[in-house]
Amino acid sequence: MKRANYIFLLLIAGLAAALAVAVSVGSESVSVFSPDEQGRAILLDIRIPRVLLGACVGASLALAGASLQALLRNPLAEPYLLGVSNGAALGTLLAFVLLGDVAGARPVMAFAGAAIATIAVYQMARSKAGMNVERLVLSGVIVTTFLSSVIVLLTSLLDAARLRGYTFWLLGDLSQATYNGFYLTLAAAVAGTILLTSQARALNLMMIGERDAFDHGVEIGRVRIIVFGMASVLVGTSVAASGSVGYVGLIVPHIVRLVVGSDNRLVVPMSAFAGAIFVVLADTVARTAIAPRELPVGAITALIGAPLFIFLLRRS
Amino acid sequence: MLEARNISVRYGPCDVLREVSLSLSAGRMVALLGPNGAGKTTLLKALNGTLPVAEGSVVLDGRPLAELSRREAARRVAVVAQENETKFPVTVLDFVLSGRFAHGGAFGWERAEDIAVAERAVADCDLQNYATRLMNQLSGGERQRVVLARALATEAKILLLDEPTANLDLAHQAMIFRLVRGRCDAEGFAAVVITHDLNLAAEFADELIFLHRGGLFAAGSAEEVLSEANIAEVFGVRVLLDRSPASGSVLVTNVY
Repeated sequence: MKRANYIFLLLIAGLAAALAVAVSVGSESVSVFSPDEQGRAILLDIRIPRVLLGACVGASLALAGASLQALLRNPLAEPYLLGVSNGAALGTLLAFVLLGDVAGARPVMAFAGAAIATIAVYQMARSKAGMNVERLVLSGVIVTTFLSSVIVLLTSLLDAARLRGYTFWLLGDLSQATYNGFYLTLAAAVAGTILLTSQARALNLMMIGERDAFDHGVEIGRVRIIVFGMASVLVGTSVAASGSVGYVGLIVPHIVRLVVGSDNRLVVPMSAFAGAIFVVLADTVARTAIAPRELPVGAITALIGAPLFIFLLRRS
Repeated sequence: MLEARNISVRYGPCDVLREVSLSLSAGRMVALLGPNGAGKTTLLKALNGTLPVAEGSVVLDGRPLAELSRREAARRVAVVAQENETKFPVTVLDFVLSGRFAHGGAFGWERAEDIAVAERAVADCDLQNYATRLMNQLSGGERQRVVLARALATEAKILLLDEPTANLDLAHQAMIFRLVRGRCDAEGFAAVVITHDLNLAAEFADELIFLHRGGLFAAGSAEEVLSEANIAEVFGVRVLLDRSPASGSVLVTNVY
């Protein structure tokens, strides 16, 4: 157990370092310790909420990925690839088009969209013979493309000036970060870490097989509802705040498993920290790589994630 | 301990098990025999609650199985299913430790007691040298022994074993049957074992049950059940019956 404790400490230190680097680096050079008035505004109003939101979004998406992979017995399960993120994106867009600025409408609709997409993919992927890797991935592709086309239809109804903003947002973009968005995703990430870690031992058995889990005393239906529900909350709040940042839920749990093995009691909470570090650093690259212009953070995560997906698919 | 009273199980409109009764008491080992598709695995799944019974009832320690929580049932009944493969790398010891699930709470980390139980199970199944190996690097037979070790680690007194020796070499086949027999004799375990090996069943089991086309065809001691006529009817093959020169139990020889 000692080794796991060291890794936890390392992750906490790593997150602190990543946050510090991300706050001090940007297209505008600002002194963190003695900022002038403009610098203070940049730090407090733009950079800090963005960095904090990035950490929470990363934690949320990695938590959702790690727990969905165990539940579905599939190392390739990931909110973005399963269409869950697109469900949340469609929910957010619908809230925007239909409800405008009603407080709380976007995260709630995003959650609903994520939950519906999750259930749809799960039902499509299930068959009498069980659920194999290919069937799940294909179902995810179908749901993703279907939802994408609905999203394109909706965005084409928006006016041209907003269109660029939405294209960015759909790819995953943290530039619209607010403290409110941060508080909400922080609450979801903390609740998700606790709730999903509490199910980790059951997930260890589900990962081997549903019948195995049943035989050993796992209430399968309850675990499924908790994981699907919490993953939908995590993805919903993240997407409402920052669009669909892809592949975080694939890359992060995979790397964590390489280091600590497959025990979800370690993989789930460690993925939260590692996901936070990953997105904070990816967003720092997105902000600075072609400064003063910016890339959407989702483009950076996809650049890393897509090749890894192919590697994992070939290996499975 | 465990009793099936006139149970029937249906898959859709088909009766796959019809009015089968079985009673399992402490210290007893029952062998479930029959051709492929006779309903053996279905019966085992019904005994464990994996499959709901359409008629009749399964009673565990005096209470209907359906009334027990999954955890309560899992603490009393352990299953060795025909194997499952995992796509995630899990070590043998972690796999065996997962059998302790029903004994721990939420967030539960294993206590020293859990680890001791798991290590004993690993040793009993002759797996000491495999504890840190990954499950997906083992042979089929080795994996099967790990699955049995996990069932023992649950400390459930009722073992339901679905072809536990299917992939095993001669030495390990005997080892597994001796192990289960030993636990029944010394520690009051009870076991239902599905097997295709009539001679192993005759050698080790107290009672043999022939299932045929979803119904109970014959039940009793090896001498009562293993007759040439019964075997011809159930399996459609001709056999010669004899006595084992080593133990004196019934010995079945196929006539090809």
